[in-house]
Amino acid sequence: MKITRKDVEHVALLSRLEMGEAESEKFTGQLNAILDYVEVLNKVDTTGIEPTAHVLPLKNIMRPDETRPSLPRDLALANAPEQEDGYFKVPKIMEG
Amino acid sequence: MKYETVIGLEVHTELKTESKIFCGCSTRFGAEQNTNVCPVCLGLPGVLPVLNEKVVEFAIRTGLALNCTIAPFSKFDRKNYYYPDLPKNFQTSQYDLPIAINGYLDIAVNGETKRIGITRVHMEEDAGKLVHAGTIAKSDYALVDYNRTGVPLLEIVSEPDIRSPEEAKAYLEKLKTILQYIDVSDCKMEEGSLRCDANISLRPAGSTKLGTKTEIKNLNSFRSVQRGLEYEVLRQTEVLEEGGRIIQETRSWDENRGITVSLRSKEHAHDYRYFPEPDLIPIVTDEKRIQAIRESLPELPDARKARLMRDYGLSGYDAEVITASRAMADFFDAAVSLGSDPKATANWLMGDMSRMLNAAGLSVEEAPVTPAKLAGLLALISKGTISGKIAKTVFEQMWETGKDAETIVTEQGMVQISDEGAIIAVIDAVIAANPQSVADYRAGKEQALGFLVGQVMKQTKGRANPQLANKLLKERI
Repeated sequence: MKITRKDVEHVALLSRLEMGEAESEKFTGQLNAILDYVEVLNKVDTTGIEPTAHVLPLKNIMRPDETRPSLPRDLALANAPEQEDGYFKVPKIMEG
Repeated sequence: MKYETVIGLEVHTELKTESKIFCGCSTRFGAEQNTNVCPVCLGLPGVLPVLNEKVVEFAIRTGLALNCTIAPFSKFDRKNYYYPDLPKNFQTSQYDLPIAINGYLDIAVNGETKRIGITRVHMEEDAGKLVHAGTIAKSDYALVDYNRTGVPLLEIVSEPDIRSPEEAKAYLEKLKTILQYIDVSDCKMEEGSLRCDANISLRPAGSTKLGTKTEIKNLNSFRSVQRGLEYEVLRQTEVLEEGGRIIQETRSWDENRGITVSLRSKEHAHDYRYFPEPDLIPIVTDEKRIQAIRESLPELPDARKARLMRDYGLSGYDAEVITASRAMADFFDAAVSLGSDPKATANWLMGDMSRMLNAAGLSVEEAPVTPAKLAGLLALISKGTISGKIAKTVFEQMWETGKDAETIVTEQGMVQISDEGAIIAVIDAVIAANPQSVADYRAGKEQALGFLVGQVMKQTKGRANPQLANKLLKERI
């Protein structure tokens, strides 16, 4: 499967990333190189093998339903580029 | 042309756990903004989510109550989308291996039972809340509160088996009743702990091919589910009648304007690029665990309704109303176990009790009249101490004062007069004062007797035993 410029631009749009033509050209090449590299896996016969959900041989790792202290709010907001009145402040959301 | 409506519902319900699904933050509703957040639910780099075991238990309970098959092997996936209510830029959800599949629930429509298939039940995390400064259109930024991020949700998806807006409402009400019976969710639509989206399409009657559907969002009350879908049936019918085509899109129900409006998003709707969540470990559930949870389920609404009809001779309608809320059904069972007549109990619950609850905006559990107190009132009626009419006054006073029926009746001398001599004295006075009515009755006008009985009741302030008054009056005329 080949990744096209259109795929890259589509994923960039979904990820809200802005990129120029040169960049999307570069990423198309890089992503294809990665896919070519793992292409070798397609040579393995996987008939009758269940898809892997997780690489570790573990199951049912859970915690009891108990609360723990949350972060103090000023700490929670410490890395926010912008904040207001205890909220994270984000750019206007464009819908439609 | 005649069209058939095809509806499938997606319901999201918040689970009533103490802590969030993948971290120890509290799930409490109404906390100050961004005070129930931590590195895990804020999606900070390098954190590891750990699944809350209660969420899995609640999900299995729900799956079993909805007659689903519980997956022996289940896992979480990442659903990728970029929106500021989601700090991680993906929602941890379940994709191809949900915890429960292939169930159903039965609804009653026009007195008939109809089975609606449940496609799947899966676990996921809730998103945060956006607060807009001013109106959405005018503000140039939004504020985000992540307290709700990571609150456990179940998404319950129905088959497209629903054929009308009324059925959709009945389905949602039944689902809510079941979720409340099994005690996994508060189901408060006004607080957003039960939310509903609908897929709806039309097709020519008799056709088996599905038409193009629209997805309706923002159906946040039982009323808006029905109204929103009724509107959409009309809108789609009109488009088709005019020879147009339905566009597959997401529309939002606008409660104030009573219409659905298109939400054309730039995002390609179903491009979520799901992949397995590598930070969470698969869930393996064996038959023993499923059996243990199955045995812990309470009697469910359908079974309870059948029992009330079978054991107490309640009508289908009465049993349905009583069992629609677990608290009401518990109240009924408690009062009956204290010796109250089942039918009388049902009548009081559906009548005066419901009226007072509605007027006061209270839930059954908050009622000042407890099962024991209602049983006390009903005992006074069946013993003949008070009449049914006086009982209504006593009930209202019990509600207001919290006193029991016996105390009120004694304090206020409301005891029914069953002493023949006392009633006869009143009757003779009434006969003497109303010669015309007496003459009318003697001339064969039956309704004149009703008037005279009424006069006797009035003279005794409703305390005369009505049957006795009736009988004695006939004898005296």
